[in-house]
Amino acid sequence: MKPIMNRREFIKIASVGAGSLAFATPLFDFSKGEILAPDVHPGMYSKRTPTYCEICFWKCAGWVHTNDKGKIWKITGNDDDPHSNGRLCPRGTGGVGMYSDEDRLKTPLIRTGERGKQVFREASWDEAFTLIADGLKKIAEEHGPECVALFTHGSGGKYFGDLLKAYGSKNIAAPSYAQCRGPREVGFIATFGEGVQSPERVDIRDTRCLVLIGSHFGENMHNGPVQEIAQATEKGASIITVDPRFSTVASKSKFWLPIKPATDMALLLAWMHVIINEDLYDKKYVEKYTYGFEDLKAHVAQMTPEWAYGFTTIKPEVIRETAREMANASPRVIIHPGRHVTWYGDDSQRLRAVAMLNAILGSWGRRGGFFYPAKVPLKSFPHPAFPKPARSWKDAFPGKYKLAGLALASGICDATVPTTERDCSFKAWIINGTNLIHTLPDQANTLKAIDALDLMVVVDTMPMEITGYADVILPECTYLERYDNIRVGPHREPTIALRMPAADPKYNTKPAWWMAKGIADKMGLGHYFPWKDIEEKLDWELKQVGTSLTEMKRLGVKKYQRETDDYLYPMENLDDFEFYTNTGKIELFSTAMEDEGYDPLPKYTAHEEPPYGYYRLIYGRAPMHTFSRTANNPLLTDLMDENSVWVNPKIAKEWDLKNDQYVWLENQDGIVSKTPIKVRITERIRFDSVYMVHGFGHTSNKLTRAHGRGASDADLITRVHIDPVMGGTGMRGNFITFRFEAGKEVAS
Amino acid sequence: MRYAMAVDTKKCVGCNDCVVACQTENDVPIGHCRDWIVEVTTGTYPDLQLEIRSERCNHCANAPCVRTCPTEASHYAAGGIVLVEESECIGCKACITSCPYDARFVHPEGYIDKCTFCAHRVEKGQNPACVSVCPTHAMIFGDLDDPNSDISKAMATRKWKSLIPEAGTDPKVFYLL
Ligand code: SF4
Ligand code: SF4
Ligand code: SF4
Repeated sequence: MKPIMNRREFIKIASVGAGSLAFATPLFDFSKGEILAPDVHPGMYSKRTPTYCEICFWKCAGWVHTNDKGKIWKITGNDDDPHSNGRLCPRGTGGVGMYSDEDRLKTPLIRTGERGKQVFREASWDEAFTLIADGLKKIAEEHGPECVALFTHGSGGKYFGDLLKAYGSKNIAAPSYAQCRGPREVGFIATFGEGVQSPERVDIRDTRCLVLIGSHFGENMHNGPVQEIAQATEKGASIITVDPRFSTVASKSKFWLPIKPATDMALLLAWMHVIINEDLYDKKYVEKYTYGFEDLKAHVAQMTPEWAYGFTTIKPEVIRETAREMANASPRVIIHPGRHVTWYGDDSQRLRAVAMLNAILGSWGRRGGFFYPAKVPLKSFPHPAFPKPARSWKDAFPGKYKLAGLALASGICDATVPTTERDCSFKAWIINGTNLIHTLPDQANTLKAIDALDLMVVVDTMPMEITGYADVILPECTYLERYDNIRVGPHREPTIALRMPAADPKYNTKPAWWMAKGIADKMGLGHYFPWKDIEEKLDWELKQVGTSLTEMKRLGVKKYQRETDDYLYPMENLDDFEFYTNTGKIELFSTAMEDEGYDPLPKYTAHEEPPYGYYRLIYGRAPMHTFSRTANNPLLTDLMDENSVWVNPKIAKEWDLKNDQYVWLENQDGIVSKTPIKVRITERIRFDSVYMVHGFGHTSNKLTRAHGRGASDADLITRVHIDPVMGGTGMRGNFITFRFEAGKEVAS
Repeated sequence: MRYAMAVDTKKCVGCNDCVVACQTENDVPIGHCRDWIVEVTTGTYPDLQLEIRSERCNHCANAPCVRTCPTEASHYAAGGIVLVEESECIGCKACITSCPYDARFVHPEGYIDKCTFCAHRVEKGQNPACVSVCPTHAMIFGDLDDPNSDISKAMATRKWKSLIPEAGTDPKVFYLL
């Protein structure tokens, strides 16, 4: 960057009056590359250590800056990182608050009272490990190790996953599958033979037309995509946003389609109708690469924009105009697969329709469409082969969810509630970094499952609601105080990133790798963790890919060459290409779906509408929060400390609601929110829906800033529409109405 | 040299990254901020417009806060940056009252604080913290007197406005429309 002001001019400023800008002598060793010399605070040199962010799944690489007193000062992006391009999102920038939060879990705790009552005593690590090891050994003897499951979200899950595998269970579930992006992977795999993955392989940077269906980028602060959307629109790309709410990105779009909720499938089918009927599809591509085009053509023949209008309330000419807008941009067009796509239970099929629309526009494997990600082939430190488990979670659901590719968190929860039909239910849960009380829908069911457990271990940094139910709580140090596995996110260019401690762990907290290894040692499974400490493990792994821990400490991020460059867009020149599907083609007609007894072509099904006086509950994100885990972060709560319920002025008038008034929400099953929520009257939401940001309404009084602030959407999602294809939990079929006093249930 | 900032309302998504970056960079006490986000919705469903702006001290060339400050703690620094000299500030709040943009607050240590245009970074040839973090590159910082600076070019080619121009303060933060 060009200097904006040179040094001499600055000295002039200092002499004008801002005399506090003195220069301290460096306290760090320049030769070690520890000093971030040009980036100094007045009178303060800073040391920087590499990290990658743990606030969301995007895992941006950055630098943690510590001041001359060794105190963590700020976190900035790493310029060499394709996830962040040197700029973190607000949550990543505010990650410092996670470290300084004085409400953190501080020492191992063992439950002394009833489950859920939050009565614990402090314990030593050794005592906690012994309790866990003994409990697990007993379960293995009595029921088999397959009766133990791990729920994980975040880096530490890798080590507990290894512990579980060494123990003899493969039931490792991340709510990010059944509660979030699973249907998308299934829909895309059925079509292209490959999933979208994370980070998403979408080439927004070079697209000419981006279609967003229920994705509110900007508010849903996915760093990479938000950056690329800004880049693409600057170069003239158009955005088509389909959303019942006038989201931030809707306000930046060429077309905003204020769709009636739950009717997206009709719109997708009508778009395909227009593109096929008006001959706007990519003929060469469709001919060469796809299977079942004629079936699709016949399938959508009657699905005209006029047909879709009846469901969607989107005018037929707008459906035609937007279909043409996409076709004009083809193949540099993206109908974005989205994230958190578990809505109405037919989600795998809806995402199939999204994949198919992309397919007929020829965007898969083309510039400005979907690229082929590359990844550094990092090997794990060698360890003995894990034992082969006799059973898996799938055995609990014979004939169901046949296309589920990963373990279902909700499925494991269901299979923990004892029934006469199953010979074995789950007996123990290890939960790492996921607050299942707010993550899984149908809380009553989750609590029933927890009640049936012999052992429940929670590993977290914060006293989340779920920790209150644990038998043993293991306090993890934050990502700023620990090493974790090397980040190998697939991207346009393959990269690796290092996370290392920027400060010693506060309190009596420890990293997950240390805990998993310690428990393994206690159980006689230490040989599965054959490294002395994590530095030895990481250094070995890094050396296999031509670098080292020492080099990575200096670089933070290392970029590698792609093996073959043209493979980034393999369908660009219409070379031969075989897809990982049964037919080797992009399947517009899905043989895999047909084989398993599901619709090979997606159908429109009408979903239930809100009863009189009720409104569809739509939830989403605010840019400064992720899940429920940031709600107590001092820096981020300072930006937003509670959510509000968005209500259209017409509805507000009917109910005589005032802005900023607190109300309780009651759902169709009579469940009332545990806490009241502020009303926000705004034109930006349809009259048949309300909207709120997810992650608030904490009931754990150990979260001093988050406790009782805002309301929890998760509490109100009692009706779940399960996707028969892969078990995804559709959570948008709940309706709420307003109440002016609290429900009978008192917040715990 | 006249330092100025332009915020592109077409790009700003109101993510507040600029706010939290300022807080960590400048150690702004919790509960206060030197910059903030304003969202203005107009129209009725479904014909709506939304303008999002990141706001801060306007570093006015004709600054009422400097004029009303009895101790000269509030002053112009090089490049027209308006600063408060902590040690000379008596906390009388005359500047807070006179600022039409509500840009100043009382720091818990008793002096008046506000956006400094990150003078300590600008001196090093760096962008202000908020500018350098913005994921959408919605902010441009630079010298209005240099016709080749990014900010001069943006203002020559784009429509823009400043806030409350009728107050006659000659603000140096602009909003690209
Ligand atoms: S997008 Fe934000 S929260 Fe997610 S990894 Fe990047 S900086 Fe962290
Ligand atoms: S960081 Fe950029 S996009 Fe985010 S609110 Fe600030 S100016 Fe807007
Ligand atoms: S210029 Fe610096 S002080 Fe001013 S708002 Fe931006 S980050 Fe804060």
